[in-house]
Amino acid sequence: MSSITADGQASHAHTSSEFGVGEFLSTYVFSRDHKVIGIQFLFSTLLWFLVGGLLAIGIRWQLAWPWSDMPVIGPMLFSAEGGQISPEFYTMLFTMHATVMTFLVIIPILAGAFGNYLIPLMIGADDMAFPTLNMLSYWVMWPAFFFFGGSFFVAGNGASSGWTSYPPLSSMPEAAPGSGLAQTMWLIALTCVGISSMMGSVNYMTTIIQMRAPGMTMMRLPMTIWGMFITALLQAFALPVLTAAGFMQLTDRLFGTGFFVPEGLIVNNSEMAAGGGQPLLWQHLFWFYSHPAVYIMILPAMGMVSDILSCFARKPLFGYKPMVYAICGIAGLGFIVWGHHMFVSGMNPGLGMTFMVATMMIALPSAVKTFNWLGTIYGGKIQFTTPMLFALSFVLMFVIGGLSGIFMAATPVDIFIHDTYFIVAHFHYVLFGGTAMAVFGAIYFWFPKMFGRMMNEPLGKIHFLLTFIFMNGTFFTMHILGAVGFPRRLADPYHYETFRHLLPMNQFMTICAILMVASQIFFIVNFFYSIFFGPKAGRNPWHANGLEWQAPSPPGHGNFDFQPIVYRGPYEYGSPEVDEDYYPQTQPPNERGDTDEPATMVDH
Amino acid sequence: MGRFWSLLFLSFPILGTAIFVWSAMGWYPLEGYWFPELVVADDSIDHLFYVILWMTGFVFIGTGIAMFWFLWKYDGKTYTGPVWYSHGSHLLEIIWSVIPAVIILFLAIYQMDAWAGARMRRPMLENGQPKPPIARVTGRQFEWKIQYPGDDKQFDTPDDLYTTNELHVPRDEEVVLEITSEDVLHSFFLPNFREKQDVVPGMKQYIWFKPVKDGKYDIVCAELCGWGHYKMKGQITVESSSDYRAWLKKAYDEQELSEYSLAEAE
Ligand code: HEM
Ligand SMILES: [Cu+2]
Ligand SMILES: [Cu+2]
Repeated sequence: MSSITADGQASHAHTSSEFGVGEFLSTYVFSRDHKVIGIQFLFSTLLWFLVGGLLAIGIRWQLAWPWSDMPVIGPMLFSAEGGQISPEFYTMLFTMHATVMTFLVIIPILAGAFGNYLIPLMIGADDMAFPTLNMLSYWVMWPAFFFFGGSFFVAGNGASSGWTSYPPLSSMPEAAPGSGLAQTMWLIALTCVGISSMMGSVNYMTTIIQMRAPGMTMMRLPMTIWGMFITALLQAFALPVLTAAGFMQLTDRLFGTGFFVPEGLIVNNSEMAAGGGQPLLWQHLFWFYSHPAVYIMILPAMGMVSDILSCFARKPLFGYKPMVYAICGIAGLGFIVWGHHMFVSGMNPGLGMTFMVATMMIALPSAVKTFNWLGTIYGGKIQFTTPMLFALSFVLMFVIGGLSGIFMAATPVDIFIHDTYFIVAHFHYVLFGGTAMAVFGAIYFWFPKMFGRMMNEPLGKIHFLLTFIFMNGTFFTMHILGAVGFPRRLADPYHYETFRHLLPMNQFMTICAILMVASQIFFIVNFFYSIFFGPKAGRNPWHANGLEWQAPSPPGHGNFDFQPIVYRGPYEYGSPEVDEDYYPQTQPPNERGDTDEPATMVDH
Repeated sequence: MGRFWSLLFLSFPILGTAIFVWSAMGWYPLEGYWFPELVVADDSIDHLFYVILWMTGFVFIGTGIAMFWFLWKYDGKTYTGPVWYSHGSHLLEIIWSVIPAVIILFLAIYQMDAWAGARMRRPMLENGQPKPPIARVTGRQFEWKIQYPGDDKQFDTPDDLYTTNELHVPRDEEVVLEITSEDVLHSFFLPNFREKQDVVPGMKQYIWFKPVKDGKYDIVCAELCGWGHYKMKGQITVESSSDYRAWLKKAYDEQELSEYSLAEAE
């Protein structure tokens, strides 16, 4: 974090010599400034991203070279088995990989990092509505970090009943290694993540409704804010269900209640005491949250991509209102389709039909969004910057992920592909190809605002190119595995004759996956180098329209050194009304506002 | 560089389609990288898969090419025309909402019959009663327990036949199975039969299929059920009904024998 000086706008322009420890703590550690909190979230989630990536390599290693010693890392991690991955360890690997990626990376990086950083800036507010609550929302993530992280080191080496944590496997310590203490810690951590998201969501909703600058009507909000707003709504309605379900599972485990365990189970040769519950109840409750959660993991990304596309196509976003309605439609339908995760679960087949029709309908708003993005780049003057490349790849990858959803929404087809690698391909296209690519784009895009410096473009493009290639190498082939019926979550799928011949393709994917993780070095180097040595960025290096680009880079405490007044929507690029190809939201009509510093040129 | 990036994005739908075609045709080196051999009479799942594949493939290639073309043509470095200053179009919006809606509605209705066949229309006997299960499959960590009702067609009577991980079914007959679990969730998955059903403790479920090809095929567990999940492997054998009956008899005799020998040993 570079210090906040210059421009005279900073409310606390201290020199470093009078900067005491207490002050340091309140400015950078226990800060109530949404920007600092956003950046704290950013650093924490990026760190966990790395952990999640390494866990993924473990999974891929086992699938490519089963039961063979893992070079270098193997002996360090599990010397007991001579550097091999045991089946228990494998189960833990995919459980924790998915858990970390969903609950510690994608959700908090979108809502926590970008939501926090961007919401007040983009709506012209000086901070969140409840700054202290905001600070707490970051700090209750720490128990979650601690419990998830700590569960690796207790008996059983981490929770191992899948990130979906289906009972009875997860409810009974007798059922599996890793469903003892580690599973309890997993549930506690999940609750902390829930509390954090809840605090965030209340804050975001209030801020967006209450604190918009004069003239910033709802229909002038940037799509990023719409994405964040609807996400906050989803969280507010869906999260309590998961939290309650988590509690019920916790009491099943700790106090012998029987919400999710049926009568008369015999596990590990001992009969279970509690009973009378229903394992399917958990699935309903879990997916009632976790289906909307997949939209929590994509709507903000869709918003950010819309902003980036319009900016670098130098053209208004095509169909702003339909885009807003599409987001609302996706969110609304998102609440009534959770059952599509349960087509083969034993749920009533009649219900399956209802969920199938509702799920199919989700493809509609998704299609509308895709066509609107294409409409946005049509007839523009496209600048191939790094953020733009990531945003474009988001569109293409999202198309794949959305289309594969139709296969699975078709109930009969889902009978065959459920719990196979087809599903894994689907959600990695949406979540890695989609969300993660959007997040990278967003980092390259807003980096100059966050740190006052530009990132290096050539390095960024190399990072994009390699990530794009290896990502597709890793995940596209999963569709093919899925067509063969290759199940997910098997430590050794080659145990079955049907899948034995798939080994070479798995090796190919593993090599791609390792290279994909390795390519992130270009990002890490670029990121840290640019924080300290990147060329200084002006207020508005991309010539963008949003309010955030009118504030200093980085903005001081309180964000704006003037009262922003909004005259138009955020997508007035290429407007015939002005000579330039952009028309900032704060610029009074037909009168060139004097930007107090010349915009630095960027290498496109 | 605009040209380079446009081509990169174009290469993606091309390569993607190529991989699908290559695998579906079983061309070298991708032999066997597609559906496992189908051994039941009902091919509606494969059929639906292809219908959706054609449709989505068309959309995928279409969007890929459109995107490539826009990037190629409207590269800010080379394109000198004016920017199309437009905030959207009602007409287009309606067209591209209605067309997908119609296609999706068609799909939703089209697949209902297959789903009903797989999950709702249980095979009937001549007298209108639902056909009784030929065997009961019980999942437990980490094996499939199989129970045949014996001559009296009743489960849990003295003439029941018990096997582990070994299921035999007669060819050319509608086979109904009762499946359940005695500990955690499992999933009874027969890749060659396009059949999968989660096995839930406390619940009895019925699945059915009509095998048409002799052979031995894998029974896979497709729901995470603990550390030994991967080795929960069974085998299903399809054979002519005379072979099937002969096997039943032989297995039953062996069971009797081992029970007697057990009694003697005591
Ligand atoms: C908008 C972004 C989307 C995201 C982020 C997303 C994410 C996911 C994830 C993470 C899963 C797997 C959960 C698990 O079992 O671990 C999943 C499953 C599924 N998705 Fe999506 N998805 C999206 C769009 C769609 C669309 C547009 C459709 C339908 C047209 C769809 C249909 C399905 C179905 C049916 C399943 C369940 C498949 C099964 O378990 O057998 N998804 N999705
Ligand atoms: Cu879902
Ligand atoms: Cu199992």
